[in-house]
Amino acid sequence: MNIPSHPEENPMPQSHAPAEDRLTVSRRWLLLKIGIAFNAVVGLAITVPVLKYLFAAVKPDAAYKSWVSLGPIADFPVGETRLAKFTNPVRLSWDGETSGVACWVRRVAEREFQVFAINCAHLGCPVRWFPQSQLFMCPCHGGAYYADGSRASGPPERGLFTYDARIVGSTLQIDAGQMPTLSNTAKLVQLDGGHDRTKGDSPCRG
Amino acid sequence: MSRLKQIYSWLDHRLQLGKPLIEMAEHPIPNRTASWWYVFGSAAFTLLLLQIVTGILLALVYVPSAGEAWNSLNFLNHQLTLGWFLRAMHGWGSNFMVAVVLIHMAQVFLFGAYKYPREFTWTLGVFLLLMTLGMAFTGQVMRFDQDAYWGLGIGASIVSRVPWVGGSLVHMMLGGPIIAGATLSRFFTLHVFVIPGLMLVFTFLHVWMVLKLGINEWPMPGRVVRRSTYMAEYHELTTRDGLPFVPGGVWKDAVFSAAIIAAVAVCAVVFGPFGPSGQPDPTIIQTVPKPDFFFLWLYAVLSYLPPSLETPFLLIAPVLGIAALLGLPFYAAEGEKSWHRRPIAILVLTTVAVSFGVLTHLGTYTPWSPHMDAWSGGPSIPARFLHTASPLEREGAVVFQAKQCRNCHSIAGYGGQRGPALDDIATRMTKDQLIRQVLQGGGNMPAYGKNLSPSEVTALVSFLETLHPANEPAAADAAQAAATGPSGH
Ligand code: FES
Repeated sequence: MNIPSHPEENPMPQSHAPAEDRLTVSRRWLLLKIGIAFNAVVGLAITVPVLKYLFAAVKPDAAYKSWVSLGPIADFPVGETRLAKFTNPVRLSWDGETSGVACWVRRVAEREFQVFAINCAHLGCPVRWFPQSQLFMCPCHGGAYYADGSRASGPPERGLFTYDARIVGSTLQIDAGQMPTLSNTAKLVQLDGGHDRTKGDSPCRG
Repeated sequence: MSRLKQIYSWLDHRLQLGKPLIEMAEHPIPNRTASWWYVFGSAAFTLLLLQIVTGILLALVYVPSAGEAWNSLNFLNHQLTLGWFLRAMHGWGSNFMVAVVLIHMAQVFLFGAYKYPREFTWTLGVFLLLMTLGMAFTGQVMRFDQDAYWGLGIGASIVSRVPWVGGSLVHMMLGGPIIAGATLSRFFTLHVFVIPGLMLVFTFLHVWMVLKLGINEWPMPGRVVRRSTYMAEYHELTTRDGLPFVPGGVWKDAVFSAAIIAAVAVCAVVFGPFGPSGQPDPTIIQTVPKPDFFFLWLYAVLSYLPPSLETPFLLIAPVLGIAALLGLPFYAAEGEKSWHRRPIAILVLTTVAVSFGVLTHLGTYTPWSPHMDAWSGGPSIPARFLHTASPLEREGAVVFQAKQCRNCHSIAGYGGQRGPALDDIATRMTKDQLIRQVLQGGGNMPAYGKNLSPSEVTALVSFLETLHPANEPAAADAAQAAATGPSGH
């Protein structure tokens, strides 16, 4: 090994800058600019597909929704509110348990249903139904809703989110597919918060 | 020349790092700056390294798949030798890191260290704080259990409130229409690649500036920062009364860093890992989701804000807060550094600290949440409330218990705290007021008019009317008494 004891004896070569004519220099700058422009073009061409890939999950609500069966209507006694579970129509094989969804089914009359999202209209926590006091209560920040889904008290600014429901043959179906939030469900039903409206503009199709 | 020295100079001749490193180690720092107050920045850095190492070790086993993550965490906890310890180190390391970063920031603020020429060091520090919080939140998602699941639901619900693009943002955040496999994968990417990568770059620049611009001098009342003179004054201070960074200032950093890591390890051994709680099955709704410690204050805020203020608050307050933090050093680049001359700064810091403490405390026992099981799971109404009661009043007590009034109202110290305790409600409300409140609700109370039969209401109210101390009469309507009673004027 040839190790110099003092690095200074063997200094890194200093850049020597012999005088070059200005034409050569400006040509080099031009070439660099062309290089940068070339990079910009290639970069742009690649960015477009990358962005499309990145935003692939952003779709119109309709693309995610479809009619899902909640089982025979006989499972839901008239006048009662029961928990129902279904598998989200859009799912991946590695979703595990998370592709399951729960909702509350209220059978108002023989052929009239209200199906409420499990997610509190405040910030999405799972609401629980208390048949004794006829209230839905939220465990997170203390929101409460009446039996018809309208707001009773607490932080939520509106009633529970509802799914469109229909009866096909003897099974109950709902139009589901995505987590209900203020941005995708607020337009579905406008419960005015007044508890004397028993149905709101419920979009149930009995 | 010894063999070691030969190897060193062979390496350094190629690496060219020796000279700058020695210069850095020898650069003078103000004497009084070699203080225990200045150890938090280096401790935060040490904790970052600890998180990286423990994180990599956990990634050897963890499966970032919605279907398997929870199982792999339980495998780490219960089956893999010392897997629980690594999880506990990473979890406690995270808590310590957030705490130390916050203390570091408070200290820098208190010492006016963000002033000229260190404005940009502060700016990067603010981003580092945000990234640390980002790591804490995404880390909570990695612990893919019920709390993580519903925490994501809360996050998505907040995001959905952004005007116009809310829905698209939710899809972006979740990677699809629901919280599921795609969601965990993207949070894994954030937690393991994106944020740590950015953090390393920002940390490098942050530390680089600290070394190049010099450590902030001890603030003295009357020593005012001016752009025109500061550099010369600082140079004069470090040459007149300075000492070399190594070992002068660094030995305390070394001791404190070791102590912090030891503290993390002790907490890990004594308290163990965090969770996972129940499996992330959204159809299991018997759950009371709660965020991790450093987000409890937000949880409390979200419970107390009036509904109409909520969306503006959620969307505007963070922007204003971050803008204020980022703008601070540019607004106050010059002037006094000493806390003796900065009363408003002290006031702001105290207010923030006290609010944080109070809200966090509230967040730990959630007085706003109904106790879902209070009506059925706890002690019944004590006999002393009932032993002189009429049959009607007893019937009222049954209604009280069965209609879940107790989920929100406590009696004899047991029940929810959402509504007022009712032990002496009769001293505050007359019979008519009680009936009105039960039937129509109001304040935060739902109306029970449709859920109670008239006889149930009569029984309930007659029970409530008995709730007053023996030596204090129940409230009565004076006007009614005047109109009907024999003692009317
Ligand atoms: S999520 Fe239900 S009250 Fe906040």
